[in-house]
Formats: sequence, structure tokens, C-alpha cells
Amino acid sequence: MTTPQPPATPGQPATPGQPGTPRLAARAAHLAYDRRTVSRSIDASVRDGSFTVIVGPNACGKSTLLRAFARLLKPRSGSVLLDGRELAGVPAKEAARTVGLLPQSSTAPEGITVGELVARGRYPHQGLFRQWSEADREAVDGALAETDLVDLVDVPVDELSGGQRQRVWVATALAQQTSVLLLDEPTTFLDIAHQYDLLDLFAGLHERGTTVVAVLHDLAQAARYATDLIVMRDGEVVATGAPADVLTAELVERVFDLPCVVVPDPVTGTPLVVPRRRRPSA
Amino acid sequence: MTAGTGTGTGTGSGTGTPTRGAPPARAPRPRSALRRRRVTATAAIALVALVVGLVALGLGDYPLSPIEVLRALGGTQGPASTIVLGWRLPRVLAALVFGAALGASGAVFQSLTRNPLGSPDVIGFSTGAYTGAIVVIVSGATSTVGTAAGALVGGLGTALVVYLLAWRGGVQGLRLIIVGIGVTAVLHSVNSWLLLRAQAEVALTASFWGAGTLALVSWSELVPAAALLALLGVAVAVLSRPLRQLELGDDAARSHGLRTEPARLALVVVGVALTAVVTASTGPIVFVALAAPQLARRLVRSAGVPLGAAALAGALLLLVADVVAQHVTTSPVPVGLVTLVIGGAYLVSLLVEESRRSS
Repeated sequence: MTTPQPPATPGQPATPGQPGTPRLAARAAHLAYDRRTVSRSIDASVRDGSFTVIVGPNACGKSTLLRAFARLLKPRSGSVLLDGRELAGVPAKEAARTVGLLPQSSTAPEGITVGELVARGRYPHQGLFRQWSEADREAVDGALAETDLVDLVDVPVDELSGGQRQRVWVATALAQQTSVLLLDEPTTFLDIAHQYDLLDLFAGLHERGTTVVAVLHDLAQAARYATDLIVMRDGEVVATGAPADVLTAELVERVFDLPCVVVPDPVTGTPLVVPRRRRPSA
Repeated sequence: MTAGTGTGTGTGSGTGTPTRGAPPARAPRPRSALRRRRVTATAAIALVALVVGLVALGLGDYPLSPIEVLRALGGTQGPASTIVLGWRLPRVLAALVFGAALGASGAVFQSLTRNPLGSPDVIGFSTGAYTGAIVVIVSGATSTVGTAAGALVGGLGTALVVYLLAWRGGVQGLRLIIVGIGVTAVLHSVNSWLLLRAQAEVALTASFWGAGTLALVSWSELVPAAALLALLGVAVAVLSRPLRQLELGDDAARSHGLRTEPARLALVVVGVALTAVVTASTGPIVFVALAAPQLARRLVRSAGVPLGAAALAGALLLLVADVVAQHVTTSPVPVGLVTLVIGGAYLVSLLVEESRRSS
């Protein structure tokens, strides 16, 4: 993965290189769907070069926050910023060259091959008169190699297993060559081995400079892979910081209503949440 | 062959889905083999359409051999030249051009709705165009331009109504189809009512137009329509990339930098315009737009519905249907009747397949 070139826009208020400016930030953002308000006024930010994981109970608004970061949801009020710029004001294709997304649900057209699907991730780099280029081919080949899909390039996506299919969508997002990658529950529906395969892949991307933002359900995984945690409940950010500082028994009980103890993970030393036995009536 | 760590760890775990992994027998095919297959299949459809076209130019009360046809096309003067260039060529070209437009229009809508039923004739645009034409004919205008304008307005108006009724913070495929089928039913009864109230002669004119025929197409009608369709063809080509993005689902398309609703609206407008221009020239010719994209998809084995191949398949289908309409029955019938019979059978099989899949 190559590091992105800084955009050549003159007078841009902040560049990713400038210390202190978060890559993505929500500032007093009111996030809502048609009739349902999820967050009345949320503040959250993603540090440059971080592996930020958003956790929280179901319907706490973590996917909604990610959708706001991904430009899929416009805040009713307040703002969502990309590198200090109002995200809604960034042209769609330009934003898509900076922020990539692994959506929770997507559809592969019938009969499409792995290579063809991954190539569609190049859309933001193409224009009416600038169609398929050498750079596109290299990006697709790189994404296929990264996700271990080179041998499957001509296999129809319909014929793949769930784990392979998810890797194809990851490759599609990688082909986009963005410096920020958003992951909406990337490990749901995968068995445990495939979950860790995928998380290791993301960790590798993070080590090579990509800012990764993921919504995860599993707190042990979050603690293992995150550099920064954003803990949410009822549409609000309850705590942020490094997993070791944030993930305490007191916090987990408060946020998830789950009595527990937190012990060091025997493998990594990161916090590991172990539920206490609950009363039968609970 | 190692198919990646995913398969490696998954195979032994016994939790696999039935379609897990690629069997070892499947060697990685070179990318060019797949592409060659698609190009070959697409070219084959075009070639067959061309050959049928040459044969069709020779058929009629004054039969000509393909050699004579080619000679006439090449500029040799004589009676064959008048017959081929003056009489038969506009009709054959009309079948090819209009068929291609219907095929492309069907491909756009089936891709947008992700449903083989999502075709402009199923969702009411042809019926709406007919309504527009009847209104013009009944109101006493006799010019073809008037009828065509009525059909255009009717088709586009119907599309607008269907689109607005199906809108709920964006338009989804199945809702568009269901609303379209409902609107079609309403328009059918409106059409019957208009015809019943009209004078017998006027009703006859309208019915004749409503059956869908290529018999009335001459050079003077074909040229402007074809020019308009060529422009729309360019628009479809430009919009094909956004269409391919929309196939991935809205979230993926938007994360790739596509503004989905403007793109979808542009595709709907172009798709409707393709059908409306054809309907304005010939009357409603149904089922070509429904069947051509699926025929093309099966022949070409492409990802999703192939636009170019669907256009070629539409051209071939309408040409064959028109040959049948002119020469197979004892007296010529409107081509719309032929496509109705062929397409009706196809629609039934499609509905049966669809209901099996969803139950």
C-alpha cells in the first residue's frame, strides 16, 4: 500500500501530516435517519495513523457514527470533518480517494469474477476520459496479493465461501488506495479463524500507515487490535482512549449492563473481559 | 493450489458452506480466456443479426438472393435496388435500431432494479406511451409527429409518476416494479375507456398503432428517430460505469464516490427515453426489452446484465420477430403481436421461476 499523495488543493486548512488534526472528526453532530435520532450531539475523532475501534451495545449508534464518517449519512446539524474540512463539502470522488469503506452489506452482481469486482473499487480514480490505466492494474494486483486472492482472480464471486467473499470486498476497498479505511462489523458471519485472519490483515495495513476505523462487537478483539477505543452508549461517546486505560470492569458493567472481571489477555496482555455468572432472573 | 489462508483454515473445520472454495481441479484461468469468450459471444450475436438482416432484405413478394441483395446495397441500379433500398432496408434497419434501443433500455432497468422483471414494458412506460398517443389521436390530430409527441409525453409522464410513487428516500428495485405493474393496470383501463368512447374510425387507427408495427416506418421517420437513439446510446455508454457501481449496492457505490440518486435518476430518464422514442415511432412493442437482456446475459455470461450485448440481442429479437410477422403467417400481422406471443410465454416462465425462488 502506498501512502497517499497530499492533495494539491491550495489553501487547504489542514493536511494529514499536520500533527493534532484528526483524520476524521464529528463535532456536535446530530445524526438521524428519517424519523429516528441516533445521536443528538456527538463528538468523536480519529487520530492519524490510529487503529480506532468503536464498541458499544446494539443500537448504541456506533454504525451510525461510522456511516457519518463514510459520508453515507449527513449530519442534521454540527459537522463531520475530514482532515479538518467539512466532509459534505468535499467532492464525492475526492473523498472516496481518501476514505474507503467495507460496507456491512453489499451485493455482487451475478457471475462477476473476483478480479472484476475488485477492479470496481477503482471508480474514484477514473473519469469519463481516464478509464482503465496501468495504475489501476497495479492497484488491483496489489489488493489481490494483499488479500491472498491472486489464484482466485477469475473465479465467480458466487462460488466463494463466506470468508473468501469478505476478503474480496476488502480487496475492493484496498484497490481504492485510501489512507483511511472504515470497517463496518467486518467479522460478522465469519468463523473464528476467518475473523482473526481478517483482523490480522487490517493490523498489517495499519502498521503500514493506513488509519483504520472499525466497528466491532467482540471486546477482546477490540482490545487486541485497537490503538484507540471509542466506547458508545445511547448515541453518546462514554469513553475514549487506549484499551488498557478504558476497558475496566466498571466501564463494561456501566455500558453493557454486564457484571464482569477484566483480566490480562494471556497472549497479548491486553484487557480481556470475562463475564461473571449472572443471576438467573437477570 | 493454495486458495488462500481462508480456504486452508476453513476446509478442515467442518463449518463450511456448500460452495466453499475452489476445487483443486479448477486451475486459474488466464484473464484473457474469459474476456475472449465474452467478446466472441457478443460478436456472434451481432453476426447472426447481420445475416438475418441480409436474408430479410431478400424476403417478400419479390424474392432476392443474398448476392442480389448485396449487389443492390453496393449501389448497383435496377429494380432490386429500389426494392432493397427504398422499401425493405428502412424496415430492417428500423427493426435493428429499435430493437437495440429496447434491449439497452431493458438492460438499464433490469440492472437498476436487480430483477429480470424490471423492464420498461412491465413497469408501464410502453402502456403510458400508448395512452399519450391515444389521447392525441382521439383529440383529432392525425399527424405522425403528433402521435409521436403524445407517446413521448405519455411514456415520460408515466415514468415520473411511477418514480415518485415508488420514492421513499430513494427508489428500490422491487417497489419500482410493483408500483409500475399497478400503474400499468390503471393505464390499461384508461386506454380501453378512451377507445370505447372514441369514434369507430379513430379507435381503429389507435388500435392499429397500439398493436406495435414496423410497417409504417419509412426513411423520413427512421432517420430522426435513429439520430435521437444514437445520442441516447452515447448517454447510456457514459452512464454504464455508474450503473456498474449501483449494482454493488448503494453503500458500496457511494463509498466509491458515486452520487447515487442523481446517477439513478439520469439512468431512469435515459432508459425511459429509449423506450419512449421507439414507442413513439412504432407503437408499443412489448417484451423485447424484457427478454433481450436475459438472453444476452445467458449467452455472454457476463457480470450482471451486459448493456452492449443486450442491445445486440434486442436488435436480433425484433428483427426475427418482424420477419415472422411478415412472412410466416399467411397475411402480415403487426410485429407487436409476435413479440407479445413469444414474450408472453417467456414472462410466464420468468414468473414461475421467480415465485419458486422466493418461496
